[in-house]
Amino acid sequence: MIDYRVFSLRFLKVWERNLVTYRRIWKVNFITPLLEPLLYILAFGLGFSGMIGDVKYAGLVLDYTRFMAPALIATAVMWNAFFETTYASFVRMYYQKTFDGMLATPLSLEEIILAEIVWSATKAVGAAAIMMTVLGFLGFVAFPSGLMLLPVALLGGLALGAIGMFFTGITPTIDMFNLPIFLFITPMFLFSGTFFPVSNLPVWAQPMALAFPLYHLVEMTRCFALGASDTHPLLSGLYLLLFFLVFGALALRAMRRRLIT
Amino acid sequence: MNALIEARNLIKTYNGVAAVNDISFTVSPGEFFGLLGPNGAGKTTTIRMLYGFSPLSQGRLTLFGQNITTHWRAIKNRLGVCQQDNTLDPDLTVEQNLLIYAGYFLIPAAEARDRAAELLDFFALGHRKDAKVMELSGGMARRLILARALVNRPELLILDEPTTGLDPQSRHQVWEKLAALKKRGLTVLLTTHYMEEAASLCDRLMIIDHGRILVEGAPDDLISRHAGRQVIEIDGADVALRAFVAENGIEMDDLGEKVIVYTPEASDLHRVIQEKFCTERCTFRNGTLEDVFLRLTGRELRE
Ligand SMILES: Nc1ncnc2c1ncn2[C@@H]1O[C@H](COP(=O)(O)OP(=O)(O)OP(=O)(O)O)[C@@H](O)[C@H]1O
Ligand SMILES: [Mg+2]
Repeated sequence: MIDYRVFSLRFLKVWERNLVTYRRIWKVNFITPLLEPLLYILAFGLGFSGMIGDVKYAGLVLDYTRFMAPALIATAVMWNAFFETTYASFVRMYYQKTFDGMLATPLSLEEIILAEIVWSATKAVGAAAIMMTVLGFLGFVAFPSGLMLLPVALLGGLALGAIGMFFTGITPTIDMFNLPIFLFITPMFLFSGTFFPVSNLPVWAQPMALAFPLYHLVEMTRCFALGASDTHPLLSGLYLLLFFLVFGALALRAMRRRLIT
Repeated sequence: MNALIEARNLIKTYNGVAAVNDISFTVSPGEFFGLLGPNGAGKTTTIRMLYGFSPLSQGRLTLFGQNITTHWRAIKNRLGVCQQDNTLDPDLTVEQNLLIYAGYFLIPAAEARDRAAELLDFFALGHRKDAKVMELSGGMARRLILARALVNRPELLILDEPTTGLDPQSRHQVWEKLAALKKRGLTVLLTTHYMEEAASLCDRLMIIDHGRILVEGAPDDLISRHAGRQVIEIDGADVALRAFVAENGIEMDDLGEKVIVYTPEASDLHRVIQEKFCTERCTFRNGTLEDVFLRLTGRELRE
């Protein structure tokens, strides 16, 4: 069991460190969430939707672009959080020995890892905020309910940041992240009701999609962007919270095993 | 006075192999204490236990009278640590490295800026405060690591090989700074592979090997006890010399081509050897800590 005394608000100082380094490169990081939704909307909306026609979802009949647009925010949350706690945290941990330096201060390992996960969620919220604004201008996000996308992005970012950190705790080398990306992230990206409703999947595959955190994240973004969803947002929210707690605890354990020798 | 570090029977095992095997020592406030030993002796492992990074396998370790296992956070607040690896934050500038590190100790921002300015000045880094860490030379990086370790005004400074890889100029500069810190009454625990560094800085030191203590004491005492005051290095030593040395029970290291003879202070033997056997290449010098180190830990390569 984890001793609660290893946690304190001191973890915010590690979060702040990441913010300080991020401020030097934020302009580059700004561009992706700004332009990416435009590209997707352009490609799918203009190129694709004519071939597909309307999509039936949660009792609504939506044109394809409307259906897909909220999922763009959800997938951006996933990529931002997951990449941050895998590649970026791995570089800090292994190549830059940043965590080793921190461990000579009154910080605990748990605070460092928690801060990394919370930081990844922060980046996810930042990306979601920009995309929400862009998609809002294009009329794909309803307001004021759309503002709920920010806490949703935080929750989704925590869940996906936690599982990313868990992989960082058990991955021997940085190239090996290909494995969880191929086995977990890619199928999740494709089969979470992102680009087509889960009801289009064969019946046996549908429960699997329900286990994906991205599925619940997508459901919640649709709920607040469109005003309707298949799953109750409270249930999805609880699932993401649980996912964060379980994989957060597993990540702490894996990192303790890895770093404390 | 109460000991600042009190280590009792420290043991650290990795996969059943003991890296530190029953080490006990104390360090008093204001003392400059050296931890010496060949590669793989267990210095870094000991240090990692001291600053609460590695849990002890066995033993008892208190700093400032508090147990490291239970009071790690309070203890770490009062420590300054220079790790053997460079753990400077390459994503930050020189000054930011100090400011952010100060944050980890919850030092208020304004106070941190004052201390950073003061430390950058002390370590002659003020002109590079906006440089990226990657742009620093090895000597500057090491000085920055030292500055960072002092940002919380520690009562105990733990230094794992602070001068390894530095050129003589940088090394002397670091020594100067360490001597100044010592004068201010800071307690320091240092590991190094430079024997002259240990001899000149340390009040007391300990040589360890294979995780065990070989000797402990003040540098001068160790030299007179284990090397003797006078040392003669004789190249191309012959059978007669070896026989003479053995006959008189003189301490000697036989390196094959060369023989090192350790004669006691103010003895005749020294003069006799000089007259009888030093027909060619003979070097007379004082005993050094390096002699002690090599005599105790052997001359074979490690690892
Ligand atoms: N994390 C670890 N896992 C397994 N073995 C370790 C670990 N850390 C150290 N060791 C082993 O413990 C022994 C002591 O290592 P340590 O790093 O303490 O030596 P050292 O005296 O600091 O050496 P050096 O002068 O080379 O820095 C070595 O045999 C080393 O291989
Ligand atoms: Mg070492």
